[in-house]
Amino acid sequence: MLETKGIAKIYGTGPKATHALEDVSFTVTDGEFVCVVGPSGCGKTTLLKCIAGLMRPTRGEVLLRGKSVVEPPEELALVFQDYSRSLMPWSTVRNNVLLPLRHKRLSTAERKALVAESLGSVGLTRFIDHYPWQLSGGMQQRVAIARALAYQPAILLMDEPFASVDAQTRGDLEDLVLRVREQYGITILFVTHDIDESVYLADRVVVLTHSPTTVKEIVGVSLPRPRDQIATKELADFINLRGHVYRLIRRELTPVTSVDAVPNSGTPV
Amino acid sequence: MSRRGDQAVKLAAEIAVPIAIVAAWQLWAVNRDDPKFPPPSTILAKFQDMWLFSEFGTHVVPSLERIAIGFGIAVLAGIVIGIPLGLSRPARLWTMPHIEYWRAMPPPALLPISIILLHSIGNLQKVSFIAFFCLFPVLLNTIDGVRGIDPTFLETARSYGLGRLERIRRVVLPAAFPQIVAGMRNSLSLAVIMMVLSEYFSSTSGVGYVLLISKNTFDFGPMWAAILLIGVLGYLLNALFSIVERELLAWHRGWRAVSGG
Repeated sequence: MLETKGIAKIYGTGPKATHALEDVSFTVTDGEFVCVVGPSGCGKTTLLKCIAGLMRPTRGEVLLRGKSVVEPPEELALVFQDYSRSLMPWSTVRNNVLLPLRHKRLSTAERKALVAESLGSVGLTRFIDHYPWQLSGGMQQRVAIARALAYQPAILLMDEPFASVDAQTRGDLEDLVLRVREQYGITILFVTHDIDESVYLADRVVVLTHSPTTVKEIVGVSLPRPRDQIATKELADFINLRGHVYRLIRRELTPVTSVDAVPNSGTPV
Repeated sequence: MSRRGDQAVKLAAEIAVPIAIVAAWQLWAVNRDDPKFPPPSTILAKFQDMWLFSEFGTHVVPSLERIAIGFGIAVLAGIVIGIPLGLSRPARLWTMPHIEYWRAMPPPALLPISIILLHSIGNLQKVSFIAFFCLFPVLLNTIDGVRGIDPTFLETARSYGLGRLERIRRVVLPAAFPQIVAGMRNSLSLAVIMMVLSEYFSSTSGVGYVLLISKNTFDFGPMWAAILLIGVLGYLLNALFSIVERELLAWHRGWRAVSGG
């Protein structure tokens, strides 16, 4: 369904050029849950922005159902890491979820139903008339997820969505994502720097090298579903996979090239 | 506790201090019998006589009308011009020097030419004059406000397929609105100044015109009554604006309190 073919992103030109992404290729099939992990600064956000059509890669292309992505496609919704800058503070929860629906060809009743259903599935029905900043961080990210679900995308992109919430909330949100994925039958591409999280959630984990970034290995995760925060993480398979991914990334942390300053996320605005 | 203390001080400043000053003036002026400084009782009688409401329609209404229309045009134009300039760096590079030039122009320097170019000492000239100088605070604040929008807001809107106009309406305008409102507040007090200035220079009606005539005829009663009125007008307009602002930007106060901005 989604295919990245030799994605490269280079900032600047000449000897000062920063190679954020060198050559990233992988595919996501229909209904799959794919996690992308990599050492910090390897250009994960840049990669996701290219896939989301917010940024053009320097080389290579992104194909969504065989069509090249040049602008944000309608079949795709993006959940940002920074919910406080992605939910509009001047709008209530209801209007935030409505925002991407206003220009879709839907009746008022259909819009209302989509908002109610998506907020229901993240358990925030009671807070529909609150402003996002009146809610906790975890709840705000649930609003952002509800907004993405209401948009009815075929594929959901998530950019380190749980990086700024506490561990307990994080576990709850991971399970929430797994649950709505079942409910909505949605394909998910999930970027994270958390190795446990990637193995816990994914069908396959795409491990990236440090920048200039390529795909190091694609690890298949055949852990049984439904997954459970305690039982799944006690399985020998989980521990082995986690260790395997960890080793792949740790080897990346001692760079062989003389890159002394890797740009943080490499995303100019 | 300290909040209530603040309220008490504010109330005292707003009411007790003026009363004390007026009382002192009254005591001082009654015995002096100087036509340049009539006692407040005489001024208030004149105020009531003129503005409540025999000359209200002939002079106050035209002045308020000019403020309203001039300010309205300035706000609209400031936002409409400011948004594209805030969004486009090349557009800013081309236009900022010119905006800075006209903004630095002292308003009285343009009064004579405004009358000649517009062939008018009536509403057309007054409204244009007010609108021109009220434009700059709104314009510059709009540009700044739009430039300062967090790019994630705009990327979010773009990723959900909102078109350019929809993004401006749903994201750019509300995000920049707090700063636009700050510019509007400055423009509103400028509008009062420009109204008085333009009416005082050449006019056939308005509170500035009353100032001019009373100066020319050495009639100090109406002059003081007009001064008092202009002060009250400015104060009330600002107070009215604060109420509207509080309503429109309730989200902004809440958000800032949470995000510590």
